[in-house]
Amino acid sequence: MAKVKARVKVPKTAELDEIIEIKTLISHPMHSGRAVDSDGNIVPRKIINSFTAKFNGKTVFSVDMKPSVSSNPFLVFPFKVAEAGTFDFIWVEDGGAEYTASKSIKIV
Amino acid sequence: MQKLKMTPISRRAAMRLLGAGAAMATLPKLAFAAAGTVADRIAEITSGKPIGDLEIWLDMPDIAENGNQVKVSFEIDSPMTQENHVRQVFVFADGNPEPDVARFDFSPAMGACGATTRMRLSKTQSVYLLASLSDGSFAKAETTVKVTIGGCGG
Repeated sequence: MAKVKARVKVPKTAELDEIIEIKTLISHPMHSGRAVDSDGNIVPRKIINSFTAKFNGKTVFSVDMKPSVSSNPFLVFPFKVAEAGTFDFIWVEDGGAEYTASKSIKIV
Repeated sequence: MQKLKMTPISRRAAMRLLGAGAAMATLPKLAFAAAGTVADRIAEITSGKPIGDLEIWLDMPDIAENGNQVKVSFEIDSPMTQENHVRQVFVFADGNPEPDVARFDFSPAMGACGATTRMRLSKTQSVYLLASLSDGSFAKAETTVKVTIGGCGG
């Protein structure tokens, strides 16, 4: 399988209480369990079923995904920066495999 | 990425898939979820409570050329304070094999309520958004998208 690669875009700095935009993208085929490959076999379901964003260890945003979410799940969401800290992003695949990314932000 | 051919599967193939899937906990539920259950899902979540008329901005294209990647974007005007915030947002599609698309869990720390993602649409259909607020009320939005090439693999 193609390598799963997570990409996250977070500004490096923000003003206090500024609402920033976080963009995440993870390369993943999101096999819905309905498509058929070139040999006529059904490709078993394998999707990223959840995404969690943590800031300084506390969960601030999460998404529960179903097969109707497109391949290479892309998410944009806001966040209000009340202090400097570190974001941890966690994607969970069917079967329990986890992919993570981390970004830190400073207050200017 | 593996190239997938989007061909409709025969009834026999579907039955085989069902048999193979019986061992997996999630598949039987998938198989029984049919179009038209969006209303049931909304009723299940709201448990009969009335749906308010909060302003929801739901942005989707009127016509999607490729049903595999349809951008869905929403924003809800909410102060996002501890006392008054949007807790969850559900996205449903009534023409997909399974009505549920995604559930977003928000927190007051976000300061605003909104998100953008991409979803699959198997055919021309309506997309529904249901928001659950911290005061126990609900809000709903709906839009119809015309799809020229379906997603979801047949």
